[in-house]
Amino acid sequence: MSPRVVFPNKILPYLLVAPQLAITLVFFYWPASQALRQSMLREDPFGLSSKFVWFDNFKKVLSDPNYLNSIQVTAIFSVSVAAVAMGTALLLAVMAEKVVRSRNLYRTLMIWPYAVAPAIAGMLWLFLFNPSIGSLAYGLRWLGINWDPLLDGEHAMALVVAAASWKQISYNFLFFVAGLQAIPKTLIEAAAIDGAGENKRFWTIVFPLLAPTTFFLLVVNTVYAFFDTFGIIHAVTGGGPGKSTETLVYKVYNDGFVNLILGDSAAQSVILMVIVIALTAIQFRYVEKKVHYG
Amino acid sequence: MKTLGFAAGIAATMTLLSSTSAFAVTEISWWHAMTGANNEVVEQLSKEFNESQSDYKIVPVFKGTYPETLNAGIAAFRAKQAPHIIQVFDVGTGVMMGAEGAIKPVADILSMGGKAFDKSQYLPGIVAYYSKPDGTMLSFPYNSSSPILYYNKDIFQKAGLDADNPPKTWPEVFEAAKKIKTSGAANCGYTSTWLTWIGLENFAAWNNLQYGTNENGLAGTDVELKFNSEPFVKHFQAIADLAKDGTFKYGGRTSEAKQLFLAGECGLFTESSGGLGDVIKSGMNYGLGQLPYYPDLEGTPQNTIPGGASLWVFGDKSDEEYKGVAAFFTFLSQTPIQARLHQVSGYLPVTIAAYDETKKSGFYDKNPGREIPITQMMGKAPTENSKGVRLINLPQVRDIENEEFEKMLAGQQTAQQALDNAVTRGNKAIQEAIGN
Repeated sequence: MSPRVVFPNKILPYLLVAPQLAITLVFFYWPASQALRQSMLREDPFGLSSKFVWFDNFKKVLSDPNYLNSIQVTAIFSVSVAAVAMGTALLLAVMAEKVVRSRNLYRTLMIWPYAVAPAIAGMLWLFLFNPSIGSLAYGLRWLGINWDPLLDGEHAMALVVAAASWKQISYNFLFFVAGLQAIPKTLIEAAAIDGAGENKRFWTIVFPLLAPTTFFLLVVNTVYAFFDTFGIIHAVTGGGPGKSTETLVYKVYNDGFVNLILGDSAAQSVILMVIVIALTAIQFRYVEKKVHYG
Repeated sequence: MKTLGFAAGIAATMTLLSSTSAFAVTEISWWHAMTGANNEVVEQLSKEFNESQSDYKIVPVFKGTYPETLNAGIAAFRAKQAPHIIQVFDVGTGVMMGAEGAIKPVADILSMGGKAFDKSQYLPGIVAYYSKPDGTMLSFPYNSSSPILYYNKDIFQKAGLDADNPPKTWPEVFEAAKKIKTSGAANCGYTSTWLTWIGLENFAAWNNLQYGTNENGLAGTDVELKFNSEPFVKHFQAIADLAKDGTFKYGGRTSEAKQLFLAGECGLFTESSGGLGDVIKSGMNYGLGQLPYYPDLEGTPQNTIPGGASLWVFGDKSDEEYKGVAAFFTFLSQTPIQARLHQVSGYLPVTIAAYDETKKSGFYDKNPGREIPITQMMGKAPTENSKGVRLINLPQVRDIENEEFEKMLAGQQTAQQALDNAVTRGNKAIQEAIGN
């Protein structure tokens, strides 16, 4: 337990938290309550006529095959992004540990992509894999792959997964490096003396000891794939072809801001809010306690 | 606390500024979505208007893409902070029209400016699109365009085609596209931007086919889509077949295919006349032609329908402010201004006088092809199939159409299936949007 700070003045603590509370109220509770209200209304875009429909919008959304499709798309997308981003980051972090000279330079370079804005990252990958002008697309075609992310849903999915993972690798890398440094060298050395090979040492000592970090990153990466990849999808595929890369968040945007069906869009964002609350609860309950920060 | 003080300071300054300026002139805000060269035109026009008189001041504000601008306007209206004038793209016309309490018809405003509003001065094809079923003009056409055929003359020569005579009909286009592909003159024969706007909406009007009931939505909001009839299916099946070996290449849902044409990858290209600027800039040896049609259909070619955007006025302003808006629209309608807009931007002139003026100046003789979009639109009096397409949720219906097209071009379904699905899904979405 952390030590308790006791203020002699009864009002002062409230004053001190007031600005933060005000910000939370204005920027979180107020919009969230608006979303809740909107999710039970059926309204024209201008708000000239509105009808209170209780949970009809939720019923409509949940029975919409397109919504079920976007749940599936989001699941595939999130699992792939988390797997690719974490797998690659772990590999790079383990390799970075082995570098003897200019280790810091190597690490710094690894962190750079994190500073790139999602939309820019999306554009980068879009250009690299543009079927007509992209240099990497040229390579794929040379390999005999009929690369066409504009019409082939799987290609489009691969492209957004690559772009989204690439951006997240840096973040994961940082945490894995910290996690690796927290593992006592003596354990590894002892295992080495006992004759355990490099692979064996990694899978029986390093990987289990990294578990808290991995679990933490799994939650963070899932949240990232769910909520922070809008810019990438918007820039690269716009949810297409068909609806093959329309994630839950993208559908909220599309229904609300392109199709102007505010009720449906609000209902979807309320569902997303429930999901993110659940994910955060999991993180606090199971993860926060166990993670060792370097 | 520091932020609070800062914010209060800004608020105070703002109040001070707005009260001083309101004292002298009435400010008219204009939210628009024009970028690059077109944005310069907006700034220039506002400046000229502000210098031409001292009662009103137009303040143009760039609000992002077309959908972003529309959304900003809607959000502002809901917050009771709407601008005076907002530029809304063609697809948003139905959305704005559905919001009768939110907007003020431009016809009413123009007559408030003192002069009676004379509709006959404006190009009928364009005005009809932006009018209510009873003929009241609702918005001011600012930038209108029409789809035309572009072709790459170098590729035509390489393929052994006549570079001075572009194909006029769809069968000719498909033949030429095949020849371009098989001769190896280019990787792809034909591509197009906006399969929805060009391939369905304009295709229907130009070939005098029904897109939907109720005059495609111009006579009422309860529309049943009809674009899965035989000529549409035949046309899209032909495109789907060409897509199999890459003779037709898909670029994307909006203007992305322009890249394919500019990069010299495709020989033939259908695109908005408003895209001409980029083609000229690229320095390619291009030619222009009419939008292709099917000669075996009755009464073809009919007329094309306008795209682009128009200016809408919100409905909660004072009379003094409306007078300012009227003054600005009257300023915009002046012949020299319209003629210049047309010649600089490639968009269509809005008034007949501006068209005649451009004609007289010999502009079309020097720039052959620039008159095509106008003659296409004006050539014939529109039928009930060719006044335009107006749906309360056209953006959503276009999305549906695009999704089905993409599945068709990927070889997952035939043209018949794609159009049937688009019609069924579109009809359902329309019924939901009108509240049934």
